[in-house]
Amino acid sequence: MIEFTLSERDQAQLDRTREAALICRKYARYHDENEGDFPPDELPEAAEFYANQKPLPEASADDTAPPVMMALQSIGQFWGDYSVRVRRTGTGGLGNAALSAAGTPEQQKKWSGLTLSMAITEPGCGSDPSMVSTSAVLDGDEWVLNGEKIFVTTGIRAQGVVLWATIDKSAGRAGIKSFLVEKGTPGFEVPYKEKKLGIRADDTAVYVFKDCRIPRENLLGLDESISKKTSGGFRGVMKTFNMTRPMTAAMGLGLAKAALDFTRDELTAAGVALEYGSGLGSQTAVAEKFMRLEGLYEASELATLYCTWMAGQGLPNNMESSVCKAHAGSAVRAITQGCIELLGPMAISRDHLLEKWMRDCRITDIYEGTGEIQRLIIARGLFDYTREDLK
Amino acid sequence: MISFGPTEEQEMVRDAMRDFAEQAVRPIARECDEASEIPADFLQSVWDLGLTSTQIPESYGGGGEERSSVTNAMILEELAFGDATLAAAATSPSGFANAIVDQGSEDQKKTLLPLFCTEKFHAASLAIVEPGAIFDASRPRTVAEPKDDSFVLSGAKTLVPLGDRASHFLVTARNGDALDAFVVARDAEGLTISEPELNLGLKGLITVGLELERVEIPKTARLGGDAGADVRRILDGSRVALSALMLGVSRAVLDYCVPYAKDRVAFDEPISKKQAIAFRLSDMHIEQEAMRLMVWKAASHLEKGLDVSRVAHLTRGYCAEKSLWVTDNGIQTLGGHGFIREHPVEMWFRNARTLGVLEGLIAV
Ligand SMILES: Cc1cc2nc3c(=O)[nH]c(=O)nc-3n(C[C@H](O)[C@H](O)[C@H](O)COP(=O)(O)OP(=O)(O)OC[C@H]3O[C@@H](n4cnc5c(N)ncnc54)[C@H](O)[C@@H]3O)c2cc1C
Repeated sequence: MIEFTLSERDQAQLDRTREAALICRKYARYHDENEGDFPPDELPEAAEFYANQKPLPEASADDTAPPVMMALQSIGQFWGDYSVRVRRTGTGGLGNAALSAAGTPEQQKKWSGLTLSMAITEPGCGSDPSMVSTSAVLDGDEWVLNGEKIFVTTGIRAQGVVLWATIDKSAGRAGIKSFLVEKGTPGFEVPYKEKKLGIRADDTAVYVFKDCRIPRENLLGLDESISKKTSGGFRGVMKTFNMTRPMTAAMGLGLAKAALDFTRDELTAAGVALEYGSGLGSQTAVAEKFMRLEGLYEASELATLYCTWMAGQGLPNNMESSVCKAHAGSAVRAITQGCIELLGPMAISRDHLLEKWMRDCRITDIYEGTGEIQRLIIARGLFDYTREDLK
Repeated sequence: MISFGPTEEQEMVRDAMRDFAEQAVRPIARECDEASEIPADFLQSVWDLGLTSTQIPESYGGGGEERSSVTNAMILEELAFGDATLAAAATSPSGFANAIVDQGSEDQKKTLLPLFCTEKFHAASLAIVEPGAIFDASRPRTVAEPKDDSFVLSGAKTLVPLGDRASHFLVTARNGDALDAFVVARDAEGLTISEPELNLGLKGLITVGLELERVEIPKTARLGGDAGADVRRILDGSRVALSALMLGVSRAVLDYCVPYAKDRVAFDEPISKKQAIAFRLSDMHIEQEAMRLMVWKAASHLEKGLDVSRVAHLTRGYCAEKSLWVTDNGIQTLGGHGFIREHPVEMWFRNARTLGVLEGLIAV
């Protein structure tokens, strides 16, 4: 059935998320202004927060499916802050998603306890991962890695990396494989952290590999063949995007929602009436524009939830994951930038978080495939085109 | 629960409507637009599907099926994929009938609902839009003054669908500070019905203007009788319905542009291989998907009896903006050919611009 209500348990879960988010928000500004200072793995409030947690109502048939809840919780969490967490639990690096999608059972067992970053992007290649030039050369029973990776999310905190490298540059995409590399392996260096417009508390790092040797069995999925048909490793990893893209959208939406909530409160306090259901002629320009931004948010949130719902149903959601990512990428830019316009000069003050949310969410339309790349994917789907037909 | 899964029944209805739209709606759409007229036998053929009567309770002669706003929104999307004008015309009696089912007094139900339960197409219409700039459906200029055992209605309405043949009108009016609606029979004294209006879009749908010159109607003609009615809910339902039509039109444009772009060659390759075109069609796809999800959510809230004013308002605003964008860019995708009436895209553009500023007309 098509419906959009929350069960008691859903609501209780989101209330918890919100409580945690409010705690994180207290630290948001500090970590934005002190880029070198990582948010701790645990905030001072953590012990009390977890000790006082009310038990959740019993599960029921009316509960929302887990992937959809995950997206909603992500929205709730990022509504608090992009990077600060009450307590960091689990692994949750991008590389972990790739490991569970493409790793062999032995690899999963050995590596899943580590936080794994994912390093695709290089100084000379971003949107087109088939241009990866970091190389892996088999030498006896070891791969020898050479190259440079940039913009690696969780690059500092991660204990290991899923590294994209080519084993045969002339083979293009078919030659690209993913490798599991542990931090501390000789020849694997992390020279510095990037300085960014936003999400400054996120550790985005540079990785350098210089004759870095790893065991042969660290090839993710263990498929060494270079035939076009079996470029399964590449495909397998690309598939992880079908769940990470909606989650990325959700992260941006959390920030956009924070911006909308803040703006609504400020506008209301300033006496702006939001009359839903009244005609254009009865609205102030400010109210009308604000409602448009709200509509944009609603649409984007629904597209994101829809995509995760499909994942939960086991339905292919390649198009939908690009749809929600593209939609959210544009929407969160328009929403946060628009909120600043609506509130005027007060909004640019660093006394408030709005300007930070605008900077933070600017990343949504860039990583995990830019808006343009999502539109390429959608267009290929519409026209039934291959990569060669449209690029 | 948040869920996007249509029921089996909804899937069946949707598929059936998709076929109907393809076979019976799309082929006559252009003719109706050019002639500013819809053949009576088309309206009758939709009537025969029972869309209106099945949702009326058995005790008043209907099919007694529970009404699902989501299903109705799906039906509207499909019909509007065929043609929004024909979809609006065929379902406009439901807008009136559903308002009576939901909010009519017992007396109103007894006298009015059986009209929709015969085998012959029967028109009755929502009369909500008013002439002049700065129209606001929630603040009508038409007023209802209580007088002894009656109300006296004064004002004007426009864009009343099928007003040339409607037996009754549900006229919204200000009653003191309250928003109310009144059932006015076609032959009420003081009511003048204009000749068919000439509009930009939805041309096949005959609309009329109403002049209400101190039209005196009994107190019992107030929707809901003494208890009154929640007229905003009718407006909400109509916003969702109009949004579903805008969605259907947008999907029609995308569906038309994809093969066209693959086929049309410029500078040695299909224009679909140019990103300026390809990305635009991607955006059309993104927006029609977003519109559908918004329509579903608003319809579901209506169906569950939840407060829907905000969601319906946002949905309508979104669909109006995006369907206009989609249809406008549909024309651009065809270039000069998009401007020529041989292709349906210019008609869809006019229809989207028209739907985007309307209120009332139909409701889910
Ligand atoms: C904070 C942050 C975190 C990141 N985290 C990670 C990470 O963890 N791991 C990782 O591997 N990468 C990560 N990235 C990299 C990110 O995925 C890339 O920056 C992104 O994919 C774009 O690549 P690029 O920067 O090289 O831009 P380019 O590829 O140079 O693109 C420049 C512009 O050209 C457009 N463009 C490119 N190709 C096309 C085309 N075919 N058609 C139309 N337009 C096109 C792009 O959309 C963009 O607008 C991160 C980046 C940032 C900023």
